[in-house]
Amino acid sequence: MFMDQVSVFIENRKGRLDDVLETLKREDINIQSLSLADTSEYGVLRLIVSDPQKAQDALKASGFSAMLTKVLAITLTHRAGMLQKIIGILGKENINIEYMYSISSGTEDMPLVLKTSDIERTLEIVREQGAEIYTG
Amino acid sequence: MIWAKEETLSRKEIEEIQLFRLQETVNRVYEKVPYYRRKMEESGVKPEDIRQLEDLQRLPFVTKQDMRDTYPFGLFAVPKEKLVRIHASSGTTGKPTVVGYTKKDLEVWTECVSRIAAMGGATSKEVAQICFGYGMFTGALGLHYGLENMGAAIVPSSTGNTEKQLMFMKDFGTTLLVATPSYALRIAEVAQQLGIDPKTDLQVKIALVGSELLTDAMRKEMHKMWGNDMLVTSNYGMSELMGPGVSGECLELNGMHINEDYFIPEIIDPKTGEVLPPGEKGELVITCIYKEALPLIRYRTKDVTRLMYEPCKCGRTTCRMENLDGRTDDMLKIRGVNVFPSQIEEVLLGIEEIGPHYEIIVTREGHTDKLEIRVELLTESMTDSYQALEAIEKKIKARLRVVLGLDAKIKLESPNTIQRFEGKAKRVKDLRKEG
Repeated sequence: MFMDQVSVFIENRKGRLDDVLETLKREDINIQSLSLADTSEYGVLRLIVSDPQKAQDALKASGFSAMLTKVLAITLTHRAGMLQKIIGILGKENINIEYMYSISSGTEDMPLVLKTSDIERTLEIVREQGAEIYTG
Repeated sequence: MIWAKEETLSRKEIEEIQLFRLQETVNRVYEKVPYYRRKMEESGVKPEDIRQLEDLQRLPFVTKQDMRDTYPFGLFAVPKEKLVRIHASSGTTGKPTVVGYTKKDLEVWTECVSRIAAMGGATSKEVAQICFGYGMFTGALGLHYGLENMGAAIVPSSTGNTEKQLMFMKDFGTTLLVATPSYALRIAEVAQQLGIDPKTDLQVKIALVGSELLTDAMRKEMHKMWGNDMLVTSNYGMSELMGPGVSGECLELNGMHINEDYFIPEIIDPKTGEVLPPGEKGELVITCIYKEALPLIRYRTKDVTRLMYEPCKCGRTTCRMENLDGRTDDMLKIRGVNVFPSQIEEVLLGIEEIGPHYEIIVTREGHTDKLEIRVELLTESMTDSYQALEAIEKKIKARLRVVLGLDAKIKLESPNTIQRFEGKAKRVKDLRKEG
């Protein structure tokens, strides 16, 4: 149900992102989605890839600090207000959304990756609301 | 094991030997070294004025600048034909400092190092791998001769090619490692990368480290990587004085025993040059009293320490110098605050989320000094969270503020991005322009 997201620590330095991408290309790993926030010194690159374990191993072997994180991806079929409803419930239950970003699925749907402070409970809520879980 | 009976003499006996040898040395340099004679004449002191040990204070200091001014052989007290070895310091700025040895000097040097190896727990059974760079640097050959004299089997592997070092270490059953603390840690790190656990797959149980500060935190790190049962001792020396062998730590780990029958230590106030009473901290000044080729008198080491004359639990009676905090010339003045890199190291090594390698960068923006410290993330468990990363930064900053009274910028980096060193680590970059 959950997806393994690869998180990589990268210094804000020329060529570091390229090093990550080069490592993944060498291992023939396909990137489905990627998110990188903007800070002055370093960033955390979050990736949804075809083979997360292989990606983590390859990145660590190349000297990166990389870990796997369980995230939830949901497909929002075009029903107005679905996301708002889910977020509302999370808020009531004091579950914090740490980050979210979208995946390109190649269809009209736009799956959303969600990381919350309580990912198990989030899954239950999402199911209760009838949202579709995206598993790649 | 105590190597020589000279290490257990009474204070009176030691002082008798020291006075006799000091008088002989002062007479000799006055006769043979015009530079010394001139300096002594300028200070208005003659060899016959040295009647007791305290009279040493009347003699002028010798500094590295004196050695540069007399490059290469101007301070030597023997003709060149008597030399059997010449070494030189690395000399990053200006001319290197050149040191020479007669046959007898080499014998004394060897004896001094054998004593220090014994202090660190070495016996004739060791297989001793010397991972200091061989060459003009005195460290490698000094330890080499001293340990060989003791009966140990020497593996002169020098620095570099760490994987091969490890192969020798494993296949030869190396029991004793000679290296800088930072290279010793590097070797353990490479071992782990190769799937070798230094604690169980290697037999290295003694480390004689030198040429770089060994802080308590660094010693802890050594034990973490190499095993708690490893005997880690530091030893002290500098090529100007002889090389390694001036002093060394015994297994009581309570300061470094000075080979007092060959060297007289003094502690001075580095600003006024005044001698400080025993127990006070200041700059170490050493007089060589049993050297033929280069008997430096009152050489200012720029190292900061204090002297302890109480006999040690190990049975030795020789004076001990406290393990060093830093060198007066390593000290950084940042926004008016005196900072020793070793203080920063102590803080960093106490933080488990980061590795033992670091770099200190000092810059100046406008009129303000900026202190920046690069560190490596050790565990990946916080890689997904900006909050966790910021929390580490904040923790390091807060601890540094307590110790230094200064704010520093912390730069987190990926593992293995900060430079590793095989010889003396150069962890400070002071990029400020003068003024």
